[in-house]
Amino acid sequence: MFLKLETRETGSDVGLSTLACFLLGVVITTLSAALIIAVIVSDKAAPELASLAMQNLNTSGVENPVTAVLLNFRSYDTLLEIAVLLIVAVAVLPDQCFAGKTSLPAKRFLSRNVKHQVNPVLAGLLKWLVPLALLVGGYLLWIGAYAPGGAFQAGAVIAGAGVALSLAGQHDFTWQTTSVRITLSLGLLVFIVVAAINNLITGTTLQYPVSYAGLFILIIEVAATISIAAILLLLFVCLKAIAEPAREGDTQ
Amino acid sequence: MTQDLLYSITGIVLFGIGLFGVIAAAHIIRKLIALNTMGIGVFMVLLAAARHGVVTDPVPHAMVLTGIVVAVAGTALCLWLALQLQLLDSPVPEEPP
Amino acid sequence: MMILGITLPVLPLLVGLPLLAAIAVLLISSHRWRTSISTVIAGLQLLIVILAIQTTEASYHYTLGGWGAPLGIGLAADGLSLALLLITAVLVLMISLYSAWYFSDSSKATRFWPIWWLLVAGLNTAFIAADAFNIYVALEMIGLSAVALVALAGTRMALVAALRYALAGLLGSLCYLLGVALLYRAYGTLDLAQLSAQMQADPLSWAALSLISVGLLLKTALLPLHFWLPPAHASAPAPVSAALSALVVKASFFLLVRFWLEVFDPAVTVTAANFLGVLGAIAIFYGCIGACRAQRLKLLVAYSTVAQLGYLFLLFPLAFTNSSLEMFGDAAVAAVTYFIIAHALAKAAMFLAAGNILVSCGHDEINNLNGLARHQPLALFTFAIAGVSLIGLPPSGGFIAKWLLLNVAIDSGQWWWVIVVLAGGLLTAIYIARVLNVAFSQMDSLNISEEMTVTRSRTIGMAACGLTLAILTILLGFNAEWILVLLNGSSPITDAGVVR
Repeated sequence: MFLKLETRETGSDVGLSTLACFLLGVVITTLSAALIIAVIVSDKAAPELASLAMQNLNTSGVENPVTAVLLNFRSYDTLLEIAVLLIVAVAVLPDQCFAGKTSLPAKRFLSRNVKHQVNPVLAGLLKWLVPLALLVGGYLLWIGAYAPGGAFQAGAVIAGAGVALSLAGQHDFTWQTTSVRITLSLGLLVFIVVAAINNLITGTTLQYPVSYAGLFILIIEVAATISIAAILLLLFVCLKAIAEPAREGDTQ
Repeated sequence: MTQDLLYSITGIVLFGIGLFGVIAAAHIIRKLIALNTMGIGVFMVLLAAARHGVVTDPVPHAMVLTGIVVAVAGTALCLWLALQLQLLDSPVPEEPP
Repeated sequence: MMILGITLPVLPLLVGLPLLAAIAVLLISSHRWRTSISTVIAGLQLLIVILAIQTTEASYHYTLGGWGAPLGIGLAADGLSLALLLITAVLVLMISLYSAWYFSDSSKATRFWPIWWLLVAGLNTAFIAADAFNIYVALEMIGLSAVALVALAGTRMALVAALRYALAGLLGSLCYLLGVALLYRAYGTLDLAQLSAQMQADPLSWAALSLISVGLLLKTALLPLHFWLPPAHASAPAPVSAALSALVVKASFFLLVRFWLEVFDPAVTVTAANFLGVLGAIAIFYGCIGACRAQRLKLLVAYSTVAQLGYLFLLFPLAFTNSSLEMFGDAAVAAVTYFIIAHALAKAAMFLAAGNILVSCGHDEINNLNGLARHQPLALFTFAIAGVSLIGLPPSGGFIAKWLLLNVAIDSGQWWWVIVVLAGGLLTAIYIARVLNVAFSQMDSLNISEEMTVTRSRTIGMAACGLTLAILTILLGFNAEWILVLLNGSSPITDAGVVR
């Protein structure tokens, strides 16, 4: 398995011989069928976790049950999920981000690249689209407490605004400064600090005092939104920066 | 056959299709797309489990959201590795034909 | 746990502390501060684990957020968890010290430290997890950070190995997650104790058990699914290889033990347990042969990991004698835990020594290591002691581990595993002797690359870390009682209820 691992375009789509493909198809079909039969045979009504979640919703600090699960009942998973994002962010960060004081004069996070000509229609569209995306992101963050929405959705939309700017080509993002690293880790840091503070208040890690639960959840969500947006944007911009030289080489 | 059972079965079928792709495909992008197909299959099974009872269960929804974030992270890391490999393989831009 | 009148949440601290360390080393630009913070936090973590073991409680429970299962997430640690937490804390301290020297003049250090601490957080999370979905997130933390650390080497070989490792890891986690989804659909809970209480031997349980097992076996690299391990462990930077072989594969094995022995035990059949045992036996022979044929020292050590992992899987046939855990379950778990600890120490020492040799010679081609005994006596000594433990000669930890395994095999009347264990020891002796033979021959003709500019103090510091671990391997052989007493704690998963 995985014996063939291409990173460049080749003629063939498939890394196995026809016979191997056929056998693999037979094996996977059989296994899937067995799995489906197992699900159908033991299809019984499960005990209700849903009603338990609904009963505790009024002490969770939010009205949206999914947000209550993500940031109160099972907030530990969400904390670790932000750590997972941070792992990939650190892995992908360009080398010069770590160079410290000796590097080039620190540039701003977002800078304008005047040399790049932008289609006026595109420029006009961006002028509307980027603020709108930021606004929608803020709205999604706020509405998460009451209806579908929340930190990840908001972060994704805000990162989308950055992606649009980056694709248009008139703006550059720089990831060198310490403040960028703070932004990337802010979500995790605030989450841990809130967990520690609540440990002092209630005596249990990640247990919020009922009357302040909504406030603590909002603090975590704002910080998480910032970090998630920054990390998603970082992933896109860094991968684009690596991919671009190869493409330019092809089109010259 | 109830609706949630149908969704679960579809999810398992998607999982199987993705598994075939991960093993059979040669190119890394195809493998990654296949992996994400498998992921979507799993998420469908989870979402179907949310409608298994009488009340819609928020826990699988939260699990799927976490799962999506993790899938994004994993896919990005794989793409980064593939691009690094591509960079190593073509240090000098190729001459135009 | 009470210390000086203050109640410490031990289990959350074991996750929070490495996460804080990761953020700190990410934000700090000074190399000196980064390494000192890492050392201090690694020491603190070891202290917390030791204090946790010293207190009288046999097992720990923690209810995060005060909700309790099934709505909230719990944490739990029994004797097995504590043993693994202890070995993790010891190795994290030694590998952190080693890395301070190994990465001292490298730009990779800046990337290494944050990911390293996130990996440690993931490992601790897995060892104290009591929730099936929480385990999924922990597995992803471990998998992705391990991949990122392998890629740190930057060579083409390392990148290809990392990509394979990433694909195998993601595939494994998805299989695991589908298993968890099926369990949730059937039982409506993710808490391991509650799943265990409701578990029935029906087709759905078998399906979920198979999916979860395949996912975890892929991450543990049991024989047919081992393809990613030798290249990944061989091409990573030396401290990373040590952590991967000693700890990362053990985390998924630990989870496999949790699921087979505590959650799914009504659904497990003797045939399935024997199947894993047979695969383990084949892995022992395959790994040993691979190690004998390897051209590079680190590849040899990596194949040796494939073989040593095979021993761990003898747990399943030994524990499920007559399909009941009553008779030999505890003895088998004790033997295998001892084996895990002995192997972790020996293999980490071996990889650190191999890294030392690689750094000071500029290569690790076994056939060109003539005269190594004069050039790098300390590293070679470490390698030899670790080798003695892997072979299972007295007075090492490896000897006690194999002796315990043999005892269980004989007591349960499964004499065929005795042959496997003894033959594996002989084959191990062959590849260890092969390296030593080359190292002690033609003392004057060591091939050293021209561009080696490594300072003496640096290599001595690195060698000292490896040697400490090797000495611990021997000390472990003299203190068998202590570990076995630690393991006698009852299981928190099956006798749930105590909330601290």
